Amino acid sequence: MIRFVVRRLLLLIPILFGLSILLFIWVRALPGGPATALLGERATPERVAQINKAYGFDKPMVTQYLTYMKRVARFDFGQSITLRKDVTSELLRRFPATIELSMAAMLFAVGVGIPLGFMAAKRERTWFDYGAVTASLIGVSIPVFFLGQILKWVFALKLNWLPTIGRLAPTRELVHHTNFNVVDSLLALNGGALWDATKHLILPGIALGTIPLAIIARITRASVLEVLNDDYVRTARAKGLRTSTVNRVHVLRNSMLPIVTVIGLQTGLLLSGAVLTETVFAWGGMGQLIAGAVLDKDYPVIQGGVMFLAIVFVLVNLVVDVLYAFIDPRIRVS
Amino acid sequence: MRINTKLAALGMAAALVMAACGSDTKSPSATTPGGSTPAGSTPVDTAAGKAGGTFVFGASADPVVLDGAFVSDGESLRVIDQIFETLVTTKAGGTDIEPLLAEKWSSSADGLAWTFNLRQGVKFQDGTDFNAKAVCFNFDRWYHFAGVAQSASVSYYWSTVFGGFSDGATPSLYKSCEATDDNTAVINLTSPSAAFLSGLAVSAFAIASPDALTKYEADKVGGTGDAPTFDGTFGTAHPVGTGPFTFDSWTPGDKLTIVRNDNYWGTKALLDKVIFKPIADGPARRTALETGEIQGYDLVDPADTQALTDAGFQLLLRPAFNVGYVGFNQAKPPLDNPKIREAIAYALNRDALVKAKYPAGSQVATQFQPPLVFGWSDKVPQYAYDPAKAKALIAESGVTDLNLEFYYPSDVSRPYMPDPTANFEAFKADLEAVGFKITPKTAPWRSGYLDDVDAGNAQMYLLGWTGDYGDPDNFVGTFFRTKQPSWGFDNQEIFDALTKARDTADPAARTKLYEDANVLIMKFLPGVPYVHTQPALAFAKGVTGYVPSPVSLESFATVSLG
Repeated sequence: MIRFVVRRLLLLIPILFGLSILLFIWVRALPGGPATALLGERATPERVAQINKAYGFDKPMVTQYLTYMKRVARFDFGQSITLRKDVTSELLRRFPATIELSMAAMLFAVGVGIPLGFMAAKRERTWFDYGAVTASLIGVSIPVFFLGQILKWVFALKLNWLPTIGRLAPTRELVHHTNFNVVDSLLALNGGALWDATKHLILPGIALGTIPLAIIARITRASVLEVLNDDYVRTARAKGLRTSTVNRVHVLRNSMLPIVTVIGLQTGLLLSGAVLTETVFAWGGMGQLIAGAVLDKDYPVIQGGVMFLAIVFVLVNLVVDVLYAFIDPRIRVS
Repeated sequence: MRINTKLAALGMAAALVMAACGSDTKSPSATTPGGSTPAGSTPVDTAAGKAGGTFVFGASADPVVLDGAFVSDGESLRVIDQIFETLVTTKAGGTDIEPLLAEKWSSSADGLAWTFNLRQGVKFQDGTDFNAKAVCFNFDRWYHFAGVAQSASVSYYWSTVFGGFSDGATPSLYKSCEATDDNTAVINLTSPSAAFLSGLAVSAFAIASPDALTKYEADKVGGTGDAPTFDGTFGTAHPVGTGPFTFDSWTPGDKLTIVRNDNYWGTKALLDKVIFKPIADGPARRTALETGEIQGYDLVDPADTQALTDAGFQLLLRPAFNVGYVGFNQAKPPLDNPKIREAIAYALNRDALVKAKYPAGSQVATQFQPPLVFGWSDKVPQYAYDPAKAKALIAESGVTDLNLEFYYPSDVSRPYMPDPTANFEAFKADLEAVGFKITPKTAPWRSGYLDDVDAGNAQMYLLGWTGDYGDPDNFVGTFFRTKQPSWGFDNQEIFDALTKARDTADPAARTKLYEDANVLIMKFLPGVPYVHTQPALAFAKGVTGYVPSPVSLESFATVSLG
C-alpha cells in the first residue's frame, strides 16, 4: 500500500512537468497580454512595450520558461501581475474557502443524490423513478449562473431566508485561524458566526452541488439496479432477511464502488470547478481568483493556480483509489 | 462502515437545509428599501444626515493596493480617496479645482515654479505632522521610482501627468520640490504646464505620511527584473494619510474596512465605518442591493437602471466624462480620403443609436471631449445624419472600392459602449445604406481587440475613453497630440495646436486654444465621436450625501444611512 502511494506521488512529477510546459505555452498563445488587460483603452504601443519589458515578457519563451521553472522548483509561483501579491500564499489563503464550499456542495450532492438514486432504483419504472431521472437530467444541464440567480430570487429576494454574497455577513467580525469559517467560528465558540457561515454556504452549496447530485443519483440508480438483480440479493431475501438489512448490507454496500469513484472524481472537479459559483456568490475563493486571472492574462496566477489544482486533483484521486481497498476487499492496490 | 458515515452526513445535510429554510431571520433584508424615489443626476441630499452606522458598498473588485502612486484602477482609488487627501481637489460633483491640503497656490510668471500654501494644523492618521517637508517627501518619492515601479501598470498617473523619472530616460515635467517653510512647498517644473494643476487633483498624488511610507517600506520592490515582487506593507496593511477615514482591515476577496478618523482636521465623517465588499458579478451586486446586504454599488448595468428606479432604489448619475467614438485608421485607404471620412460621419445615425440603445442621461457627442471639460466648442462642424449627402460625398471622392473592415469588441461592456455589438449593427446598417460594404471584424476586448487597434491593424473601429482628470489634454491631447498607429495620420498642425494649448498657462487663452483645436480636429475628422454617457451608481432608499463626480472622486464622509 505504501509503495503504491509513493509511486503515485512520484508520478506527479512528470505530470506537473508536462503540464507546466503546456500551460506556459498555452497562456502565452492566447491573444492579448497582461499589459493590454491592465491598461484597457489606455494601452498604447509604448506603454505595452514598457510593461512587457519590466516583467520580462519580451524575452524568448525558453528563457522565460527556465526562469519560471527555477522558481517553481522552490514552490514559488511568483507574484500576481494584477494583484501584486505572492501567488502561492494567495492560493493557500483562498483555498479553504473553496474547500468549504466544495464540501457543502458534496454534502448536498451525496446526501440527496444517493437516497434519490437508491429509491429510484427500488421503484424502477414508477412515476418516482421517471421523475428522479428527469430531475437529474435537468440537474446536469442547468447552467450554474442561471441556477444561482433562480436560487437567489426565490430564497433571498422573495423569501428573505438566505444571504446571496460572501461567506459571512460583511458586518460580522470573526478571527481567522484556519480560514475555514465554520471551523473558525467553532474555535471562537461563536454560535452567531457559525449560523451565519452555515447560512452563507447553503445557496452556493446547492448551486454547485446540483450537477454532482444529478450524476451521483444516476450512477447510484444504475448501480443499485444491477445489484438488485443479483442472485445473492434474491438469496438474502429468500433467507427471510429484513428488507432494511438486505438494502444496507447486500445492496447498498455492493453498489458503492462506482458511486465512490464518481464522488471522488466529482470532488476533484468541485475543487477546481467552482469558478462560476464563486463568481455568482462573490465567494472570494480560489476559483474566482483564477477566473479573474484568465481574463486579466495574469500569467503567474493562471500557471500557479492550474498547477495547484492539478496537484489537488491527483491527490483526491489517489485517496479514492486507496478507499477502494476498504470498500471492496477483493481489490488490492498494488 | 462507510455507508453509515454517508447516512450520517445525509442527515446532517437535511437538517441543515431544513433549519435554514425554517429560519425567520430577516437580518440581511431588514433594510430593504421600498417606496419610490425619483432617479436623476442630482445628488442625494448633501445636508448633514444622521451620524453613525456601517455602510456596505458593493465594489466590482478588490483594490490592487492602497497606495495612490502605485495604482490607476477605480477600485483602489475609491478607497484611497477616503483615507488620503491631495493638495488640490475637484469641486464635489464637478471638475473645477478647489483647495484641499493646499489652501491656496500661485505660479511664477514663467509658469515654472508653483507655490502651495498648506493648511496648518493637519496631522496624518499616525499622529505625525502634515507639512511642506511631507509634501516634498512624497513628490521626491514618486520622482525617484525605478525599475518596474516606472512601468505604466504601476505608476500610470505619474507618467501621464509628469512624464519621466529622475533617471532621465524620458524627460520629466517635474524638476524639484522645496519646503521653503513648514507651510509652503514650491514645486518646480521643467516647462510651463497648466494641465499639471488638474493632474494634481488625481488621488494618485495624495500625500501620505512619510513616517509610514518609510516604516512600512512602501517602495520595497524586490525579486528579479522579470519577476518583481512588491514586498512593502504600506499599501496592504498600513496606509496612512490625512483623510476623513482611517484604514481598519483588509481581507482580499472578502472585505476592506475603513473607520471614521475622529481626529480629522475638517468636518468629520458621519458614518462610523465603511465596508467595501468585492462582488465581481454585476447581477450579484444588484441582487445584494435588493436583499439589503449592501447599501450601494457602482457600475450599474444600464439595462438595470429602470427596474431599480421602479423598485424604489436611488440611481445617481455621474456627469458625462467620457466619449465613445468610431475611429478611422488613415493609414488604410480609403479612410485617408477626407470625403470618405465625411461621408461616413453623415451616414451614421448617431441620434437614433443613442436614443434606442443608451440609458437616460446619455447625449450625442459632437467632438472628442465632453461639454463639461473646458475647451469644448459649439463651433465644431456637426455632421448631422444625412444619407443623401453621404452618397454625394462618396461620388465626389471618386473612390470606387467601398469595402471597409469594421472592428468591434465581442465581449465587453464599457461605460460609453454598454453593448458594442448593438452599436456595430446599427452603424453597419447605416453605412451599407449609403453604399459601403462592411466586413465585420471582432475579437475579445482584452484578448486581441485592443492589441489590434493599438497596433494599427484595425481600419475602422469602435472605441472610447473615460477621463482621468478635468483637462482637455486628458481627452484630445491623449488622442491627437502625437502620432499614433491607431489613427494612422500625421497632421503637424493638430499636433502643434494641442501642444501649444497644453503648455499655455493662462486659463482663458488655454480655453480658446482648445476650442480652436476641437474645431480643427472635427474638420479633419480622424473619427466620429458619437456619445457621452452618465455612468450610474445605485443606493438603498434613505442613503443621503453621496455626490457622484465626473472623475469618480467621491467621498463617503458626507454619506449617511438616513
